[in-house]
Amino acid sequence: MRTPRRRCQGASGHGEIASPMCAEGRGRTAESGRFWWLTNSVVQRPTGAASDTMVPLLVDASLCTLLYSPIQPVALLPSSRRQFLQRTSLAAASLGLAAKIPAQPASSGLIATPYGDGPINPADPAIKELALLAVDEAKRAGASYADVRFSRNRSQNVFTRERRVQGISDNDTFGFGVRVLVDGTWGFAASSEVTREEVTRVAKQAVAQGRANRVAQIRPVQLAPADPTPNGEWKSPIQVDPFTVAIEDKIALLLAANEAALKTKGARFVNSSMFFLREEKTFANSDGTFTAQTIYRVSTGVNITAVSADNSDFQSLQSYETQPMGLGYEYVTNAKLAENAPRWAELAVQKLSAKPVEVGRYDLVLHPSHLGLTLHEAIAHPTELDRAYGFEANYAGTSFVSPPEKVLGKFRYGPEFMNVVGDRHQPGSLSAVGWDDEGVKPEEFHIIKNGLVNDYQTTREQAMWLDWWYKQQGRSTRSHGCSYAQSWADVQFQRMPNVSLLPGEKDLSFEDLIAATDRGIAIVGDGSFSIDQQRYNAQFGGQLFYEIRGGKVVGMLKDVAYQIQTPVFWNAIDMIGGKSSYQLWGAFGDGKGQPAQSNAISHGCPPTRHRQINIINTGRQG
Amino acid sequence: MSEPRSMLAARTMSRAEAEALAKRVLGFSTAEAARVSINSGSRGNTRFAVNQVSTGGDNFNTSVTVLSWMGKRAGSVTTNKLDDASLKEAVQMSERLARLSPEDPEAMPELDPQQYSESLGWSDATAALEPGSRASATREITEASRAAGLTATGYLETQAGAQAVANSKGLFAYGRQTSLAFTTTVRTEDGTGSGWAGTASHDWSRVRPRDLGARAIHKAKRSANPVAIEPGRYTVVLEPTAVGNLVQLISGALNARSADEGRSFFSKQGGGTKVGMKVVDERVTLTSDPQDPEAYALPFTGDGQPARRTTWIENGVVKNLAYDRYWAQRKGVEPVPTVGTLRMSGGTASLEELIASTERGLLVTRFWYIRGVDPRTILYTGLTRDGTFLIEKGKITRAVKNLRFNESPIFMLNNLEAMGRAERVSASESGGPGNAIVVPAIKSREFNFTSLSDAI
Repeated sequence: MRTPRRRCQGASGHGEIASPMCAEGRGRTAESGRFWWLTNSVVQRPTGAASDTMVPLLVDASLCTLLYSPIQPVALLPSSRRQFLQRTSLAAASLGLAAKIPAQPASSGLIATPYGDGPINPADPAIKELALLAVDEAKRAGASYADVRFSRNRSQNVFTRERRVQGISDNDTFGFGVRVLVDGTWGFAASSEVTREEVTRVAKQAVAQGRANRVAQIRPVQLAPADPTPNGEWKSPIQVDPFTVAIEDKIALLLAANEAALKTKGARFVNSSMFFLREEKTFANSDGTFTAQTIYRVSTGVNITAVSADNSDFQSLQSYETQPMGLGYEYVTNAKLAENAPRWAELAVQKLSAKPVEVGRYDLVLHPSHLGLTLHEAIAHPTELDRAYGFEANYAGTSFVSPPEKVLGKFRYGPEFMNVVGDRHQPGSLSAVGWDDEGVKPEEFHIIKNGLVNDYQTTREQAMWLDWWYKQQGRSTRSHGCSYAQSWADVQFQRMPNVSLLPGEKDLSFEDLIAATDRGIAIVGDGSFSIDQQRYNAQFGGQLFYEIRGGKVVGMLKDVAYQIQTPVFWNAIDMIGGKSSYQLWGAFGDGKGQPAQSNAISHGCPPTRHRQINIINTGRQG
Repeated sequence: MSEPRSMLAARTMSRAEAEALAKRVLGFSTAEAARVSINSGSRGNTRFAVNQVSTGGDNFNTSVTVLSWMGKRAGSVTTNKLDDASLKEAVQMSERLARLSPEDPEAMPELDPQQYSESLGWSDATAALEPGSRASATREITEASRAAGLTATGYLETQAGAQAVANSKGLFAYGRQTSLAFTTTVRTEDGTGSGWAGTASHDWSRVRPRDLGARAIHKAKRSANPVAIEPGRYTVVLEPTAVGNLVQLISGALNARSADEGRSFFSKQGGGTKVGMKVVDERVTLTSDPQDPEAYALPFTGDGQPARRTTWIENGVVKNLAYDRYWAQRKGVEPVPTVGTLRMSGGTASLEELIASTERGLLVTRFWYIRGVDPRTILYTGLTRDGTFLIEKGKITRAVKNLRFNESPIFMLNNLEAMGRAERVSASESGGPGNAIVVPAIKSREFNFTSLSDAI
């Protein structure tokens, strides 16, 4: 599922707030109750100037070529570590930032990384020593398998409304978590005190917990084999580390976007924001794997609200052309918020006078900036193997793509030309990594092949559950590399990688699909979303809705949502866009697990056309 | 840190420790004003799935947020590294951010020292719950479920934490609380039935795992092989959890500024807010009270204001909307802080009586995947889940398939027929402790279901 984000800003309440605890957005994790500080989320709630602040802005979708000018795709030129470091230190110097305080020796109290601006080296020998210590202590205490993750998450939020900076906040969290298998039962413990003594204590605590959990064991955990990586390093393909960019530049960029939006008559409110994350993650396990990775994520966008003259209506528009990505500051620069804001503002104002939709069945033409979310909910989630076996029944739910014995190779998800793959390597995607959170090198795999269910998302534990299927297919039983934890304080488990719909053979565009449609609705950007716990019945809104008549867009609609039964919806695809129409959609708020953890994923897809889908009107009633 | 009773018990920061830490941080400050917020605590959880423990987790963390003011310029930094060098770096970074940011026209001065009511809501029983006891508690459910030929999945989480706020004007506030949630979903072997039960509290000694399991088991059996019914408008009997799922959505909209700005349900057409207007049935009163024994909250807000009891809706009429300090000043009113908890008034009917008085309707255990559709009416969509039944002639006659709704809690409370006794519920979608919500079971007419789902 995906956690909701705020639409109306400030404490303005509702919008897409799902609960009074609210405040989950892309970039914000789940549950924020009284103990929100214990969620160890990547981002904590900044303490803003006024108590009502907090505005994750949120950001949708990549580009649309129909009625909007495209943003140029970001060039992905991985810079060398040296260039990267040079740039870092130069920029740091220009900001007049304090020099990093050298790490203290491992044996004395706190280790490494006092608060500083530069990245730490996740392959730091002092951290490596502690990592190996954790694994050794866990084994000594009785673990048959152990792994440890050290992670330092540095994040920054800048958020504004109209002519005001509502908050600038930096967050730095550093700690480690030890996971163990004791007689086939998991244990996990974590701490933010990075000392030898605490590492030893936590390793023993994890083993003690595993031992306590053993009382209820029915089936012991077995891990699929994985080739160890003795010394792996990986870094996101960024050009500019966001933490080296001057804060004034960030503020100026956002306020310029707001100013540009407010020039449009009727655009009364505008919020804009940036969010940056840099995670330095060090992993070691008892199979001999040691990896060090530096992962970057970025999100930026503008939300514009138009209010009618008599206060009888208000409509908002998210900048659906900006997407959360696994990139650096270059993504923000290339998003050209100020250049695009007047057009977005104009669209928000147009929504006020859009025609309310008439309920009925329509052919839908779905832009990738919209379809990514539908794909997320109605394909990516139901093909998580733990769901299929009932492990998430109490929250995220189970799956209609079940039981695996009956659906693998047999269940028709969609037409013959429908192919869906899982991967963690698309450059700039949110899920891209070198190794997952149990040290497995991810591989690309077909979840849906020629319209049929072909595989599930797995971890090392789960791959064993499909041993029979892989043997039948003549494949080896290996994890697909889908293990992930949102922070050092959370246990890793199966999370979706990028799950993407492959483009069709003919290079059709979004416009080609519209031109071929007689009576339909084109939807751009994602909006309201909800799906049941087995992923059959879903309802989706959007950002912009266009009425199609005789192959042409004839006007804008509002209050549109479609309701679907998942297999019917995908089998109703009769046209699919080609390679050049393929785009990445992304989100930070992919929620699953208890405690709820937030995963970041991209979904690539071309536009699609679906025949005769049920449309409801969500406008004012009663 | 206080010494833990054992390697496994919860650790929390005492008032003295929090005060010392806050002083240490403020001591590094060179800003014109500064505020430090401390969040510290332990969190433990045990998950079970398919009748056995699947994973668990225990962690401890302390984070410090420093907000620095340079005139009307502010910057904020959060860190969990507590050695002097790291804290000093964090303070300096927040000051740099403040210097580099533009003046905030809405900046409010830090508060002078305030008086707070006592911090309530701590339970030693909750703080002392260790992994072994958690595993035993979950086993009371999994064993009963296994014996009944059913499959139990669920989650138990405990939190024990302390929070403090201090500023350079000498303000200091400290509170500590415990919190827990225990939920389970029991499914039939053939996958045609699913029943849920859950609870939340600050106090572990109030929780009866066996009763929780029995309720979910009963529902699972009873919900097997549901039949399809036509979507449409139904009279509904909503169990307290289902009521909590929806009524809590109102509190997000209870904000004066968005209402004044014309982008809220509480905006009045033509300008102004709906304060003083009747928006729901006159039996409905919504309050938040940090001293509510079933819904404790910390006695202070994030910026150091004393938290207090607030009536949002009284006898159906909007009484208060939340004002932050800036908006209150601008509007010439006192600030109205929010505390996050919510209580809805109740009646005297039992759930059985609500059912017995229903000629034809649906009984709903809980709602799920609830997301906003239209903020103009607080319209949300979502689905029923884990126990949806048809009521005919005052009796539950059969299980029905789950339904999607498109409905507003405002409409639902306008169509109110009867209410049960208010009780604490686990209304968070993810099964975490969340904010405390106290609501009754209700009976309401013309609840809008728009489609059917095959999901069990």
